[in-house]
Amino acid sequence: MRLVVDLNKCQGYAQCAFLAPDVFTMHGEESLVYNPRVAEDQRQGLARAVAACPVQAITADGLDGAAEPTAESAREASHGS
Amino acid sequence: MEADHVDRLRHEGRIVIVGASLAGLRAAETLRAEGFTGSLTMIGDEPYEPYDRPPLSKAVLLGKASPHHTELPHRREIDATWRLGVAATGLDLTAKRVRLADGDEVEYDRVLIATGVRARPWPKEAEAGLDGVFVLRTRDDATALYQRLKSGPRRVFVIGAGFAGSEIASACREMGIAVTVAERAGAPLVGALGGTIGAVAAELQLENGVDLRTRVTVTELEGDSVGRVRAVHLSDESVIEADVVVVSLGSLYNTEWLNGSGLGAGPRGVACDAGCRAFDFRGIVTDDVFVAGDVARSPHPLFGYQFLALEHWGNAVAQAETAAHNMISAGAERRPHMWMPAFWSSQFGVNIKSVGVPPMGDQLMVTQGSLAERRFIAVYGHRGRMVAAVSFDNTRWLEFYQRQIERGAPFPVEFPTMDRRPEGRKPVAADFPDPSLPTHGPTVTLSGFSPTDRQLVFTPAHH
Ligand SMILES: Cc1cc2nc3c(=O)[nH]c(=O)nc-3n(C[C@H](O)[C@H](O)[C@H](O)COP(=O)(O)OP(=O)(O)OC[C@H]3O[C@@H](n4cnc5c(N)ncnc54)[C@H](O)[C@@H]3O)c2cc1C
Ligand code: SF4
Repeated sequence: MRLVVDLNKCQGYAQCAFLAPDVFTMHGEESLVYNPRVAEDQRQGLARAVAACPVQAITADGLDGAAEPTAESAREASHGS
Repeated sequence: MEADHVDRLRHEGRIVIVGASLAGLRAAETLRAEGFTGSLTMIGDEPYEPYDRPPLSKAVLLGKASPHHTELPHRREIDATWRLGVAATGLDLTAKRVRLADGDEVEYDRVLIATGVRARPWPKEAEAGLDGVFVLRTRDDATALYQRLKSGPRRVFVIGAGFAGSEIASACREMGIAVTVAERAGAPLVGALGGTIGAVAAELQLENGVDLRTRVTVTELEGDSVGRVRAVHLSDESVIEADVVVVSLGSLYNTEWLNGSGLGAGPRGVACDAGCRAFDFRGIVTDDVFVAGDVARSPHPLFGYQFLALEHWGNAVAQAETAAHNMISAGAERRPHMWMPAFWSSQFGVNIKSVGVPPMGDQLMVTQGSLAERRFIAVYGHRGRMVAAVSFDNTRWLEFYQRQIERGAPFPVEFPTMDRRPEGRKPVAADFPDPSLPTHGPTVTLSGFSPTDRQLVFTPAHH
């Protein structure tokens, strides 16, 4: 799965780092660093992070089957490759 | 008439996108999302599908992401014909064809130019060709640089302390590699944020062990007998031994392929109207050639209709969406590209973000936090108006300032309830360099010239 974070939108709330610590980490006080290529076994954590981001800054594809993502990510996920 | 034409275009038109990266991909997705069912061709000279560049100088150099795996997620199926690894070499506006390097030609009804920029190479070719000399723009650049950094160089020399150069220096320090940064201005980030904030960036580098040399230029890259770089000569006569040199001197627009096309394209990018339609060399707007992303410069109503060229990720996305929408819309449904300029950087563990156009500001005020703590918001003003705000580790406030800028809030800033430190109570000079002196690679360039003046020397119009 691939992901990208719109870091203009990201507010450093670190929700994603909490829910998927193998994908997202904080660097310093509020900079987010992430691995844009996500392994299969991280699917659930990633789906939760996408849904939990308060500013919907995370776009991921290949997330089909994810539980209750936001409208935006649901649209993106269902059309993803 | 026009409605019929647009309707046919939407359903059976041929759209060609040149430049298969961030802007190209997001434009393609928008076309499909808005109901374009015709044929779509994506032309890209890199052999890779669209990938994201910002991680290349951050997560990739920090070893937290592979340079081979920063491909952008797709927001939807785009059902395009991909022509990757082949450059567009010409545009025939009359016959409506894009010429390709392999001799092929692709016909279009509408074409989007999204060819971006490339790294400005070290100007002396023989020196640029030395082993150990790098630039950082593409995935291949990042792969090569990361390999070399991992092999444990004794010292890395970064030429240019803009955002990219500073991020590279930051990554080196984090890997425990000795690094020297040379900058022509008095501090890092001066072109983008001015000298006052640049001084904060300088402290950040020094505290993190960067050997920062300001007000110097590099005069020579010295190689050894087998063609590897071994030392860097500076204008102050010093010579620094380094086995890796990263040239980070800004970028050049990828417009050469448009030479002779009749478009107003040249060393300052491709000028377009607020609806992303390219101007031809006579300054007349075309109706079937659109531009988006780093290669475009377009007038912004909020900033005096100056032509802004923004080499920012968010601009590429927003402009691509607007261009795509306008490509398949009739006149009255078209939208202007009025995106609020914004970018981020991450270096030495500090999150730097900006909204608006800082280089337009001649004064700034620290409205929250303090420069000394390196956690603050600085607001830039120009002619009594707020034109930009920059945050260091204070991102949650930025949106508030963005709204202020959009509303044309007054400067100097007067918020009686804000936590203002003594240094914030009065405006100080933003301290941008004299714009009439040539400089390398500002992240925001402003110009007010007509697209017919293709060879003019750049001087921002607002000074
Ligand atoms: C290392 C790095 C770090 C960055 N960090 C940040 C950041 O922190 N924040 C931020 O806001 N922005 C950042 N950016 C800028 C951001 O990546 C760009 O604004 C964005 O990539 C622009 O997208 P684009 O599609 O317009 O152009 P590009 O990404 O440059 O894509 C243009 C594509 O067109 C191709 N092309 C060129 N000529 C031709 C031709 N004749 N035929 C076919 N294809 C052609 C190019 O090879 C390229 O693949 C960074 C950029 C780099 C390089
Ligand atoms: S949850 Fe969203 S806002 Fe918070 S750090 Fe992650 S991407 Fe940024």
